[in-house]
Amino acid sequence: MRAVDAVMECLKAEGVDVVFGYPGGANLPTYDAFVDAGIRHVLVRHEAGGGHAAAGYAKATGRVGVALGTSGPGATNLVTPIMDAMMDSVPVVFITGQVRTELLGTDGFQEADILGITMPAVKHSWMIQHPLEIPRVLHEAFHVARTGRPGPVVVDIPTDLSKADIPYEPVSDVHLPGYQVTVEGNVKQIRQAAKALASSRRPVIYAGGGVILSEASAELTEFALSDRFPVTNTLNGLGGFPGTHEQFLGMLGMHGTRAANYAMDEADLICAIGARFDDRITGKLSEFAPRAKFIHIDIDPAEISKNVPAHIPIVGDAKHILVKLVNEYRALGADPARLEEWWQRIQGWKERHPLHYTDSSDTEIKPQRAIQAIYEATGGDAIVTSDVGQHQMWAAQYYNFDKPRRWINSGGLGTMGFGLPAAMGAAVGMPDEVTVCVTGDGSVQMNSQELATCVANRIPVKVFILNNGYLGMVRQWQELFWDNRYSHVDMGQSPDFVKLAEAYGATGLRLTNKETLVDDLRGAIATEGPVVVDIRVTREENVYPMIAPGAAAREMVG
Amino acid sequence: MGDPGTKELLSLEELEASGQLRTGRKHVLTILVENKPGVLTRIAGLFARRGFNIDTLTVGPTDDEHISRVTLTVDGALHPIDQVTKQLHKLINVLKIRDLEPDETVTRELALFKVAVDGTQRAEVLQLTDIFRGRIVDVTRRSIIVEITGTTDKIESFEALLRPFGMVEMMRTGEIAISRGRGET
Repeated sequence: MRAVDAVMECLKAEGVDVVFGYPGGANLPTYDAFVDAGIRHVLVRHEAGGGHAAAGYAKATGRVGVALGTSGPGATNLVTPIMDAMMDSVPVVFITGQVRTELLGTDGFQEADILGITMPAVKHSWMIQHPLEIPRVLHEAFHVARTGRPGPVVVDIPTDLSKADIPYEPVSDVHLPGYQVTVEGNVKQIRQAAKALASSRRPVIYAGGGVILSEASAELTEFALSDRFPVTNTLNGLGGFPGTHEQFLGMLGMHGTRAANYAMDEADLICAIGARFDDRITGKLSEFAPRAKFIHIDIDPAEISKNVPAHIPIVGDAKHILVKLVNEYRALGADPARLEEWWQRIQGWKERHPLHYTDSSDTEIKPQRAIQAIYEATGGDAIVTSDVGQHQMWAAQYYNFDKPRRWINSGGLGTMGFGLPAAMGAAVGMPDEVTVCVTGDGSVQMNSQELATCVANRIPVKVFILNNGYLGMVRQWQELFWDNRYSHVDMGQSPDFVKLAEAYGATGLRLTNKETLVDDLRGAIATEGPVVVDIRVTREENVYPMIAPGAAAREMVG
Repeated sequence: MGDPGTKELLSLEELEASGQLRTGRKHVLTILVENKPGVLTRIAGLFARRGFNIDTLTVGPTDDEHISRVTLTVDGALHPIDQVTKQLHKLINVLKIRDLEPDETVTRELALFKVAVDGTQRAEVLQLTDIFRGRIVDVTRRSIIVEITGTTDKIESFEALLRPFGMVEMMRTGEIAISRGRGET
């Protein structure tokens, strides 16, 4: 069969039910194969939209996302989604077209060295050298993307090779001698961790996105409840532990709660699970959790002791390790009364410093209130994607995620323009759920063309724009750290988002009444098809609390 | 968003000094890799983007045609070697890495020195070459090319002795290394 038909067979064998992509000269053969393949293809309006959609799909479903682009500009438009997937460990297979082999290296039309360009941004990449390799390489690509610490992979296929005639046999197993994943944690280390936990008096569980990637939320919850361990989540870990649970401290880090950050600051033992001590978590590294010993559980050995030295390292999959850790811990029969004092202290912080904002105006909609209204209107159970900025932090703070894979945002790279296409991908993957995108007037304009994709493909995402007319987070930093010298953060002339939605064939609404906000949002959610809701919010509102960059956790402001 | 200017700015002198800290023990990493296109780029790229400087790098085939060996030296004071090796391990084409202990390792480097000589100096250079067990590989009326193999120290002392004669050019390969005893490197 043609190599491109073999590509389709591989995709089907890997369980791919949808591909997000954009055709062009160099991947025309692949697009020809779509005609008969019986795989759903969503034609996006920009390759970046396709890449983020594939990531949104992967984050919502736990399956591997697939994005296609042609060579040259098609491939380079995928660079941001590739890096984004790398930073958040999202399994996505990117397949790019490449110019004919005889043109390689000649600066041929639409030639770009996409392997070279993306090398620092991928888990692994391949350029097809011979058509016979295609089935094996594709299966290797899916295997590498989904196993271990998941991540993006790139497969670059020169046009001429994709047209070749090859025999196709399903590949049953992948053999990569240089790629071994440690899944089971070391038993001795797990026992050591259990002992350390049993004797600690001020423990904190610090759980990241790795818990969600390994489908270990239930195990994490069981572990936390095996004693009264306080739990905090990273931005990417939200939903890994129920956000409404009494043992939850809220998110930690730069815009985390005081309870979470103070607990980290005073902890004597921190159990990090699938989290990587990002600078947005640690603040000033030398003053981060100065009294604590660290247990660090991660499937990627390179994460352990990268930023913070681990006293008890455990390499492996969080789910496997947590099951064993709970058993070991229960067998020790630790005395729960030893945590009484710790909980009194935590409870004190929770009561004294809840998340709060001033809602004094009768007319203005506070952005925090808008998020709470979205929480109420969706019953707290929607898939929520966000872009990057103030709205993202408010959504993280005020939407209490109780389940994993409900909170989808660009945590590591901080990509504006991620939210709408990611929602599109999530909604395609989870058609029975309500999918909303919380975005800002700045962010949404970075990929708003994907509204056309949503309309054309009947993807019913609800886009809620917290519109303050500013690049709000940058404005906040200019206010706090640059003496109110607002430089190029006033968005000035944004489009009329209602008309923009209508121009694309979607429904557009503008909400300005805080009294009817929840009902109006319910109405928007009940409206069929894609809906864009322009919510006019307070213009100059800041995200608090905050740890200034480079400061220590106990120096929180606001 | 990047961080604002809350840190103290470094002076030019401090910046310069921070670039010249090269005091630590040298580490010799020997890396077995799959013999595939782009592998060296991945290794070099990994070093570059994490700010690790490579001192020397040699690549060559092994007895298995599918596998190549990369020998790489880095300054251990500048770079957390543990982090370097863990990151290298993550590369899918990398099969095995060893951080060789200097005491248990035989290392060799090859150098070619082109020295400007006249009649009287030639004998002196020949004598030095003999003492260092080098070889003369080319002689002209005004120059001589000497080949020498050995440890980096030996090559550097030989170079220091030749330099006063007038070094026209020199080439060094970077180290290759193999562990002593029966075990595989």
